Amino acid sequence: MTQKYDAIIVGGGHNGLTCAAYLARAGRRVLVLEQRHVLGGATVSEEIFPGFTYSVFSYVVSLLRPEVIRELELAKHGLKIHPINSVFAPMENGDGLASYADETKARKEFSRFSLRDAEMLSRFHEVMYRMAFAVKPIIGYVPPNLTKPSLRDLGTLKNFGQHLQGLGKDTFHELSKIMVMSADDFLAEYFETDIIRAVHGMSGIIGTMLGVQSPGTAYVLLHHYMGELDGAFTAWGGQQGGTGGVSSAIAGSARSHGAEIRVSAPVAQVIVKNGSAVGVALTNGDEFYADTIVSGCDPTVTFRKLVEEKDLPADLVHAIDRFKYRGSSGKVNLALDGLPQFTAMKDSSLLKGLIDICVSVPYIEKAYDDAKYGGFSKRPCMEIVIPSTVDPTMAPRGKHMMSIFVQYAAYDMSAYGNRDQQREAFGNAVIDTLSEFAPNLKDLILHKQVLTPWDLEQEIGLTQGNIFHGELTLDQLFFLRPAVGWANYRTPIRGYWQCGSGTHPGGGITAGPGRLAAREILGGKL
Amino acid sequence: MLKTTPFHSRTSALCQGQSWSNWAGFLAATTYEPDHLHEYNAVRTGSGLFDVSPLFKYDIRGKDALALVNRVSVRDLSKCRIGQVYYAVWCNDKGMIFDDGTISRLGENHFRMTAAIPTLVWLQDNALGLDVAIEDVSDQYAAVALQGPTSRDLLQSLTDVDLSGLRFFRCTNATVAGAPALITRTGFTGDLGYEIFVRPDDAENLWDAMMEISGEFQMLPAGLVTLDLLRIEAGLISIDSDFISVTQTIFPVQQVSPFELGLGWMIDLDREFFVGRDALRHEKAHGSRSNTVGLELDVTVLEKAYAEYGMPLHLPYTAWGTAVPIYADEPQKHPIGRGTCGMWSPVLKKYIVIARVKPEYAKLGNLIWIEEMVEARSYSIPARVVEMPFYDPPQKKG
Repeated sequence: MTQKYDAIIVGGGHNGLTCAAYLARAGRRVLVLEQRHVLGGATVSEEIFPGFTYSVFSYVVSLLRPEVIRELELAKHGLKIHPINSVFAPMENGDGLASYADETKARKEFSRFSLRDAEMLSRFHEVMYRMAFAVKPIIGYVPPNLTKPSLRDLGTLKNFGQHLQGLGKDTFHELSKIMVMSADDFLAEYFETDIIRAVHGMSGIIGTMLGVQSPGTAYVLLHHYMGELDGAFTAWGGQQGGTGGVSSAIAGSARSHGAEIRVSAPVAQVIVKNGSAVGVALTNGDEFYADTIVSGCDPTVTFRKLVEEKDLPADLVHAIDRFKYRGSSGKVNLALDGLPQFTAMKDSSLLKGLIDICVSVPYIEKAYDDAKYGGFSKRPCMEIVIPSTVDPTMAPRGKHMMSIFVQYAAYDMSAYGNRDQQREAFGNAVIDTLSEFAPNLKDLILHKQVLTPWDLEQEIGLTQGNIFHGELTLDQLFFLRPAVGWANYRTPIRGYWQCGSGTHPGGGITAGPGRLAAREILGGKL
Repeated sequence: MLKTTPFHSRTSALCQGQSWSNWAGFLAATTYEPDHLHEYNAVRTGSGLFDVSPLFKYDIRGKDALALVNRVSVRDLSKCRIGQVYYAVWCNDKGMIFDDGTISRLGENHFRMTAAIPTLVWLQDNALGLDVAIEDVSDQYAAVALQGPTSRDLLQSLTDVDLSGLRFFRCTNATVAGAPALITRTGFTGDLGYEIFVRPDDAENLWDAMMEISGEFQMLPAGLVTLDLLRIEAGLISIDSDFISVTQTIFPVQQVSPFELGLGWMIDLDREFFVGRDALRHEKAHGSRSNTVGLELDVTVLEKAYAEYGMPLHLPYTAWGTAVPIYADEPQKHPIGRGTCGMWSPVLKKYIVIARVKPEYAKLGNLIWIEEMVEARSYSIPARVVEMPFYDPPQKKG
């Protein structure tokens, strides 16, 4: 079977779909090939247990670029995000911190711990807001090639320099610091209370095999603050029907522009002839041809699995082999018979927001220590959402779906036996720890799904289970993502492109890489 | 102190900021939480509960009941069957809008009318020579609007009537939470929804019964800020924003006709006399001064205006409802009308506006310019004429 397209996208994750939608919108004949039976990659909703929709992997939305929402008309295709406006974090002593998006409410709560911290909250928000605004244009730049800059790259560098200059002294200083500091050191400049630093610090470690006190985590914190919802910076939300709704909205947009999307179509390799990509071969032997092949997969899959070593320069091969993944997180999804009761929670509306099991800064560091050399945290950090509290489509009436993002979980859990044993032990650590804070949890569990980093790799092809397609550390950002000289969505193989989260601006449901890659493929104009 | 509704003991306990608006002389919750976003989202995903008791309600009974409502309403009620509800407007004899509301036909000779402003004298004046009894029953009924995708399931678990048989703009008597009630499948949100009228003594019980199961149906109490956002998305006009009642105006330029408000569809000019008919015939023959349109603003242009000040895009998270100039051209040389309300729609991800413009500019797809103030300077933002309702989910009528 042979068919000719203008472009073939390998991987129907949210970035692959985004790239496909833009290319189709520009009139190209596009084919998307997804290995799984369902679209979305890590941005997927599935009915794992009858009547319950699980946001199997990713679970919240904020970084999704507003221009993508607008240009692809995602609202028309089903994007519907409800705001998440609170965080609750229980503590070891039976108390808990409730943080609200409403600053007056948050201040009142913070003042129970420290009047100083309560007042510093607005200053902290102001700084994070300014920085989110400061990095916003950078998120939209195609990273310049510094090794062989083109005229346009020089233009980008000039814009970049002017932008940095225009930020003003204070923002520039804050920005330089946040690029290299640890999340906790950065937060300590604002807050003295341990639990307040722990709650904010959680954003600095998500998807990263580093502790809150490790240098570089402050940037990860900023990465989680640079999203916006309806023009409101640093805001987070949940998609109706789970995060898979975001993928299906993007897919809907792509289809409306004529893109063809196939599931259960795993690509075995990209066909390269005379240094040019000319098509793809599926594992079942089917071949499809196009002059443009775009990989939405992570850099290792893109460069080390889909194409052969001989078609790549050695320095790129080495760079990709050194690219840091170090999956650090797992996921536990629960179908619940009712709502859990957190002993320390005074305001039950907090069940509609985030629930962070971070407990204290030393608790997070200890959790990191446990998993540093393999295995997982005995008492892990968790970020929990119960989307069924606001979204009736997630679970049967009166029942609930709980999504638990768990950190730390190393890729190597061999100390715990075979894969099933590892999964069992990891799941138990999560549920036992959570039950300390919500004692009725175990009685409510109707079904549990436990995913280790290895499962993330197996199920959706994330190398070492890294949710960001590679860690978001300074050495792997912007023009260094995924490798110097190849951050502009191109590859050494003519007609072969990258559009996954392993490219700028990186991981999370941003659709940024997919859009920027499409712009490059289309010659700089969408 | 303004009057309180029969739900006040409950609404005041939930209203975190004690933020109240004056709705027809009653305290009406502006928002329950400090921020309206949860309430708004609840209605678009689960459901929201609004205390709409301040509506004026009139019972019209008697042999000539139909004759009276048909005389005041521009819409022909003779086709309205028992158990059916009509949305209608009524005008003065110049064909200018007096008010809008719903008219339910509860019996062959029994109608109930809801209104935003007092209408008793108007009804009495028009009833001269007719065999009807008009009663202001405003204080005899407490009312809630339960609106949103889960509203049917929630209400069904409290009533004996099979709601799957209750179609859009129909009404039925029912027992709700153990008390006699009138349920109308109506609302001001453009979503699936119901309004429930009960005796004031039963109000607290009804509220409690609904709140008790609210968690199962993702329901939240919601206030007027949210209601205003929802009705704009639904393309529904509102008194004091999109029009002023002719009773509140002194100068003709302030008055608006139903044709101008896009309500021509409800007017049958060939039927027997109704108040305003001749003026509306004249308007129909000679053309209206303006037409009501939906607009979508190009926020990328607004974003550039903010960028001139080094600022990110600012969007109206709550609805505005004051007149904003609209022009045929960017340099603002040719004024053609006014925006009457507008908002950023979280569900549509669009900045939408309801506007009244000269008829020649009202065509779908037309590009016109609306004034936006950015840092106290006037900017022209391009906007397209689009279809209303802006938001029209299948469950509204399904």
